[in-house]
Amino acid sequence: MSSHSESIIREPLITGKNVTYGQITDDVLRPVENMPGKAWWIGFSVASLGAMLWVVSISYTFWFGIGSWGLNKTVGWAWDITGFVWWVGIGHAGTLISAVLLLFRQNWRNSINRSAEAMTIFAVICAATYIGAHMGRPWMAVYSLPLPNQYGSLWVNWNSPLIWDVFAISTYFSVSLVFWYTGLLPDIATIRDRATGVRRRIYSVLSFGWTGSVKTWQRFETVSLILAGVSTPLVLSVHTIVSMDFATSLEPGWHTTIFPPYFVAGAIFSGFAMVQTLLLVTRKVLGLENYITMFHIESMNKIILVTGSIVGVAYLTEFFIAYYSGGEYEQYTFLNRFVGPYWWAGCMMYGCNVLMTQLMWSKKIRTNIAISWVLSLVVNVGMWFERFVIIVVSLHRDYIPSSWAMFYPTWVDVGVFVGSIGLFFTMFLLFIRVLPAVAMAEVKLILKTSSEQAKKKLIDAGHLNEADVDFYKQSLIKFDSVDQSEYEKVQ
Amino acid sequence: MSSTKYILGIFDDPDDLMHGIDKLQKNSVPIYDVYSPCPIHGIDAKLGIKDSRLGYAAFMFGCLGGSIMFSMVYYMLTHDWPMNIGGKNFFPIPNFVPVTFEWTVLWTSFGMTFTFFFATHLFPGRAPRVMDLRATNDKFVIAIDAKGNTPHADITDILKEAGAVEVKHNDRKYVSYE
Repeated sequence: MSSHSESIIREPLITGKNVTYGQITDDVLRPVENMPGKAWWIGFSVASLGAMLWVVSISYTFWFGIGSWGLNKTVGWAWDITGFVWWVGIGHAGTLISAVLLLFRQNWRNSINRSAEAMTIFAVICAATYIGAHMGRPWMAVYSLPLPNQYGSLWVNWNSPLIWDVFAISTYFSVSLVFWYTGLLPDIATIRDRATGVRRRIYSVLSFGWTGSVKTWQRFETVSLILAGVSTPLVLSVHTIVSMDFATSLEPGWHTTIFPPYFVAGAIFSGFAMVQTLLLVTRKVLGLENYITMFHIESMNKIILVTGSIVGVAYLTEFFIAYYSGGEYEQYTFLNRFVGPYWWAGCMMYGCNVLMTQLMWSKKIRTNIAISWVLSLVVNVGMWFERFVIIVVSLHRDYIPSSWAMFYPTWVDVGVFVGSIGLFFTMFLLFIRVLPAVAMAEVKLILKTSSEQAKKKLIDAGHLNEADVDFYKQSLIKFDSVDQSEYEKVQ
Repeated sequence: MSSTKYILGIFDDPDDLMHGIDKLQKNSVPIYDVYSPCPIHGIDAKLGIKDSRLGYAAFMFGCLGGSIMFSMVYYMLTHDWPMNIGGKNFFPIPNFVPVTFEWTVLWTSFGMTFTFFFATHLFPGRAPRVMDLRATNDKFVIAIDAKGNTPHADITDILKEAGAVEVKHNDRKYVSYE
């Protein structure tokens, strides 16, 4: 159990001297138990203005119909589906971090899983709004459900990936929500037991009466493990099905068999980029440097590098298959990405996603916070353009040259998209204000094994292989939250 | 007769708490429960708590969800109204896989989690049965039913010896939430 000490050559997951269980609680709950600072208010004001823009644009869409978007008879699917796939992709990192990394016993997930899961839920909400919006008449959404009706009953077409998607996205959202909320229970109980008055009452209801008894914890861990086990294939299935929305069509640029793995890799790629974008700021603003350390940042950058490279290979494969297929329409579609009127979108896609992420091979770049943050934004932009290229650029020049067209977004298109980003940040900022952004119980679990202080104690006690200790000290240099002078004294 | 209902041994460190459990067990003092801010691995075996059976529940719910979805799709697309969609087979099993899979996962997750809530009596609005408010923050608490476990002073000594930072003799079982 906790007295078992971890190998010294592993980097610490919690830095700082004399970190106690109580201090973890204090550090994590500081934004929840105190009034927010200026940075939060500025962020929240900007984000809620964005959310208001979303309300206006989406209301305008519902009132006047999707004729208010820039769609035309050639490009009948544009920013809506681009935005949908972009948000769903972003929504993949949270469950990946909580589920896949849990199954692989990657303890560094413990301090980032909570906020990543929250981000997942908010991103999927944003994605879901696009599904409702792009129907034009959102009340028609009921026809995507297999409900008995007066036409026969005429059932939904179970052969269609669009119907699979209804089930995939709704399952993904609700399972993520359950996973996230169950994980929150012990931490809400912590807030409850420190609060007074009305706050205590509210958190008491939200905590479901959690006590932290042995049996509760045992069941809790069983539930987490099994949820992780079923969520892992779920994450993979969701974006696979999203890709099938395109891959089962007869459209050049869409109907490629590589889409499922390519989309899944792309989703993880963009999801981690968004986690990085949010956490690098959160860590600084909330002062969580000791819990979200340079090791976490570098690990996420490595995942971005790997998945970005997988996406790169998928791009190359697509081009090769277009060439090798001998299909002229197929070949034209891919050539058109570079030489057509949308060449700039193609350049954004390939440049941001493949070329820029290759910079992450350099350790200097992976461990530089400012550059990592900029690169994470670059990936977010690149992945938006990837969906734009796949959707709009494939559609805009179809089989009949007389119907070739360009897509020009209206202010409503832009408003819905920019507004959805505002909506996302509004929800995220409210989340870090009222709920702990770091899973306290899970961080406490690894305090005695994987923290810098535990490892320091081992070094001070001696008995360790000199070379291993040197290796460990070497690995600490990149940490911005470690007092390096501490380690010069130890021979 | 003292009015003490529960004796709480409060520890700063889970390892000391495990040590305390050993000592209590050596002295044949039954332990009512242990409360901690984070899971303590290995404690269930030590206290003789059986493995959770939630895995079985999860499996059953998964089977149920998958069967329901598959039967539903079979009924609708093959039996009730076979529709010619692009000349596809009326019973296209591969096309049933995605939705069947999704519902297997959905039912597994919800069924298991709600079984967990039900079995552990967790629901919104339940009054928290808390013995010490710090047990969700930074203290690890062993609770001993005072009734029949005498003398209390001996238990206090055992806990103190094991490294308890504080031993409380509580007159009521739970901290009142007023």
